[in-house]
Amino acid sequence: MKKLIILLILKVLFIKNAFALIEVDITRGNLDPLPIAVSPLHVDIKSENIEGIKIKELGLNISSIVEKNFKATGLFNPLKKEAFVQKPDIAHLKPRFEDWRLIKAQALVTGKLLVKDGKLKVEFRLWDLAAAKEMTALAFTTTPSNWRRVAHIISDKIYERLTGEEGYFDTRIIYVAESGAKNQRVKKLAIMDQDGANTKYLTLGNELVLTPRFNPTSQMVTYMSYFRNMPRVYLLDIETGTQEVVGNFPGMTFAPRFSPDGKKIVMSFAKDGNSDIYTMDLDTRVVERITDHSSIDTSPSFSPDGKFIAFNSDRSGLQQIYVMRSDGSGVKRITFGDGIYGTPVWSPRGDLIAFTKMRKGRFYIGVMRIDGTGERLLTENYYQEAPSWSPNGRVLVFYRETKAGSKGEGFSAKLWSIDITGYNERRLNTETDASDPSWSSLLSK
Amino acid sequence: MILNKNLKNILLVVFATLILSACSTAKKSGNIEGDVYTGKETVKFLASGVPDRIFFATNKSSLTTAARETLRKQATYLRKNKSLNVTIEGHADERGTREYNLALGERRANAAKDYLMTYGISGKRISTISYGKEKPVNPASTPLAWSQNRRSVTVKVN
Repeated sequence: MKKLIILLILKVLFIKNAFALIEVDITRGNLDPLPIAVSPLHVDIKSENIEGIKIKELGLNISSIVEKNFKATGLFNPLKKEAFVQKPDIAHLKPRFEDWRLIKAQALVTGKLLVKDGKLKVEFRLWDLAAAKEMTALAFTTTPSNWRRVAHIISDKIYERLTGEEGYFDTRIIYVAESGAKNQRVKKLAIMDQDGANTKYLTLGNELVLTPRFNPTSQMVTYMSYFRNMPRVYLLDIETGTQEVVGNFPGMTFAPRFSPDGKKIVMSFAKDGNSDIYTMDLDTRVVERITDHSSIDTSPSFSPDGKFIAFNSDRSGLQQIYVMRSDGSGVKRITFGDGIYGTPVWSPRGDLIAFTKMRKGRFYIGVMRIDGTGERLLTENYYQEAPSWSPNGRVLVFYRETKAGSKGEGFSAKLWSIDITGYNERRLNTETDASDPSWSSLLSK
Repeated sequence: MILNKNLKNILLVVFATLILSACSTAKKSGNIEGDVYTGKETVKFLASGVPDRIFFATNKSSLTTAARETLRKQATYLRKNKSLNVTIEGHADERGTREYNLALGERRANAAKDYLMTYGISGKRISTISYGKEKPVNPASTPLAWSQNRRSVTVKVN
């Protein structure tokens, strides 16, 4: 009798287990990525041809981008398609769960698409194979040339369903493309999709450009340019290409960043050799001085609620990170660790500040709580700096330079990303050398 | 009291010796003293005997004795050539964050400008620009190259 009860309890537990929906824990390093099968999207045979797009291969191409996105998170292990046992159209209607479980998949993505009347119609489903259930499904219509974004939007939806966090795939990165010898660098503004596709150059390289940053609420960018040998902060609309100088400052302005509502730019202005922090309201053009100190005050970054600004100052002697209210009051030093600290950047979630740390000739990218406690160094290298957050606050992108030989040979600058867990460090593909990355918000939001 | 004074003197002597010995053991490898470049390899001249640049210690914008001497020569030259205007370019080495280095270059250029002004050169004749770490003279990744890149350079504009 007792045995029977135990068995019954076990059975209940098992059943419960079998129906528990899969989820991925992204709060710690994931050493056991979730095996996921991404079936090619079935292409409806009634689909029209569109010039420049291989319609027959579109289903496979979209699923390949989804797989690459998943692989790059380090949280998922996309399975090889050769092992797939069901045709895409049949799997999309109703997968034979036991067949997919046989290849050790825990989740399955299926879908189909139709190109008709110049429109691309896509639907996809996410299946929990252990529970034999559909977890999420979505259908949407867009222009066929948008097919890469379709893949990113699908990736975001699935990531969101499996991790409980917003995705970051339908995003872009703006950066400085670099070429030429180390002491004769040519720098251009460049923009690309988060996965390295669709690179576009926004300036010609005639003047030095630095530190582009996205407006979190629009497709505007602020950056620094040495146009006419006058180093100033500029505003650029990447849709129209129009640009303008920010403010009418009689000297160098630099280190610009938008406020979280996108309405202000916070930056440094150097007067008589001394750099202080200023804001300019983009609507009213009103300029406000935020710090007034004989030290270097630079690299300002707003908190996501707009109430605070983290910045870099050497008022204590060497570079450290400080936090103040956004009107400049209540300045408080938050870094006291061994070494010097720069480039504070507030997480879009508000809980952490990313930074660059320099210690004993080595450079670190790290995160700390907003009061400076809980410092965690994520990566150490010869030279790296300028972290920028993914819109969900889970990944940092930054740039890394290599040590050069006696003539500058062997020098390179590349973009890298790392999870805030400290795992999953990887290099981003760029057409040229690259630095100063800035991650956009989700485009579809 | 007298004893006290004697003690003080002895202490002073001890301190002085300590400081002296510290100086003699300070790094002096090749053309770097402390970590300020003292060589001539990258230096150009505004005129015969008037070097165009001064060098700085890491993260510093204070002027060394050698830098002051160079700037006094520049001031003399500028006083003699009254119609000449200059731009002072401030630079940093590659071992710092980009934005801080822009601010540091600005500070270095202005340290040189201020010194020229105390020697009677009008501020209107001197403009400044910071290039941060963007324009290294020596592209190598060595302490010598970094010391040559931590500089401010006076450039004729007319």
